[in-house]
Amino acid sequence: MLDLTEDEVIDQIAQMEEQGIIVKYHALVNWEKVDDDLVEAMIAVQVEPERDVGFDDIAERIYNFPEVRALYLMSGSYDLSVFVEGRDIREVAHFVSTKLATIDRVKSTVTYFVLKKYKQEGVILDGKTKPKRMAVSP
Amino acid sequence: MNRDFVSPVIKSLAPSGIRRFFDLVADMDDVVSLGIGEPDFVTPWRIREAALHSLKEGYTMYTSNQGLLELRNAISDYWYENMGMRYNPKEEIIVTVGVSEALDLLMRTILTPGDEVIMAEPCYVSYQPTVILAGGVPRTIPTTMEDGFQLRVDELEKAINERTKAVLLCSPNNPTGTVLTSHCLADIARVAVKYDLLVITDEIYSELVYDGKYTSIAQMPGMRERAIVLNGFSKTYAMTGWRIGYALGRTDVIKGMNKIHQYTMLCAPITSQKAAIEALRNCHREKAAMRQEYNERRRLIVKGLNEVGLECSMPQGAFYVFPSVRSTGLDAETFCEQLLKQEKVAVVPGTAFGSSGEGFVRCSYAASIDEIKEALERIGRFVENNSLRKCASGEGA
Repeated sequence: MLDLTEDEVIDQIAQMEEQGIIVKYHALVNWEKVDDDLVEAMIAVQVEPERDVGFDDIAERIYNFPEVRALYLMSGSYDLSVFVEGRDIREVAHFVSTKLATIDRVKSTVTYFVLKKYKQEGVILDGKTKPKRMAVSP
Repeated sequence: MNRDFVSPVIKSLAPSGIRRFFDLVADMDDVVSLGIGEPDFVTPWRIREAALHSLKEGYTMYTSNQGLLELRNAISDYWYENMGMRYNPKEEIIVTVGVSEALDLLMRTILTPGDEVIMAEPCYVSYQPTVILAGGVPRTIPTTMEDGFQLRVDELEKAINERTKAVLLCSPNNPTGTVLTSHCLADIARVAVKYDLLVITDEIYSELVYDGKYTSIAQMPGMRERAIVLNGFSKTYAMTGWRIGYALGRTDVIKGMNKIHQYTMLCAPITSQKAAIEALRNCHREKAAMRQEYNERRRLIVKGLNEVGLECSMPQGAFYVFPSVRSTGLDAETFCEQLLKQEKVAVVPGTAFGSSGEGFVRCSYAASIDEIKEALERIGRFVENNSLRKCASGEGA
């Protein structure tokens, strides 16, 4: 399909894994279909940057918590986007109030809970439609 | 008295060979179809959204006969950017209801009864009927797998007589996927100039070429005044149902086409025209992504068909392959019928595209990878079973 032999493809993938270009393979799960009450939240965090290290050291302090699924430095009115997963709302709230908000240079946090996911990683969840074409056409 | 109201011309038109297969398939479940001549993608969202927006804004009226000037400008720009030729949007471009309408308008514009149009065969199902309906006479030149389904210029020259008005080309070709080489195009151009002919070039698959850049015969020396280019949005942007296309070429012909168009069609639907503007202006990424997908499938299906024993060359364009089924000992129709009955795979007999398509079938790879894989497995089983039967009956004889 790619105009390469199977060995060439295996070789290229191995190289990309070696170089850290391909980091991980994972499944994309539609949690709506799973009987589970996991909650996700995005917490917008404003922080005081530190001389010489900027945001990196505080970012490290935050991303090391296992609850943190993703962490981005943002432009705009706040600094860090922290994506957190918890068993329920209380668990997330506990993390924010006891761990995140209490870090020295954190000025403020605003927590947004995810209500429904429509599209993730470029995939429309539940977006499959039946084919509508005729079976034979010129 | 039972008066016969249907004209003899219509009665003498052969029914489309594809229609029969459509009827056969219609009653069956679980058919894997490689018989579909249209993209399996839905029109990119950007285009659909632009159409919705135009409706919301109240664009629900007629446009000028020739089509929205904004769309003609976009077509003119597209041609300039991609082919380096500038067509005047006011006089040399007409927007039509698909290439099908453009072809019909063109034939009616240029043909007087008895005029001949030469075309390579196998070819798209509507070419010959369109010529006949305009009072013309189609002349076909068979092409062969051995020649890579290229039009042989010596054959073309032999077919020309004093009634020849035009040569009709389709590159990339439906059903073979063949892209005419630059060399071949230059030769055809030379012949067209020599015998003072028009060249009609159906370029509906021009964006679906996989090896190198597309060359139009309009770019060849002396062809600016002789080539009428027909193109549209159906295949490139997965917009078959929008029925939107266009023709480019010399002013007198475009004017003539517009005359018929204004009395018969009035204009192409405004929603489709609005959508087409968005397609030309902003859908380069979507277009490229679909092309890449087709290309992967192309390699998969060619390899797969050859592996199961159906000789199949690598076509350079469109989304069709045209494998030979001669190795099975079955003719094209029987192969397709039996394949459908035994394994529930729909492909189209080459004979639907003219008698020179005998011994071949058209498989469309505008189908998902999974469907193609499933179809290949079933075709493989079919070829094996039928070859065995052939051997057995051979031994018994």
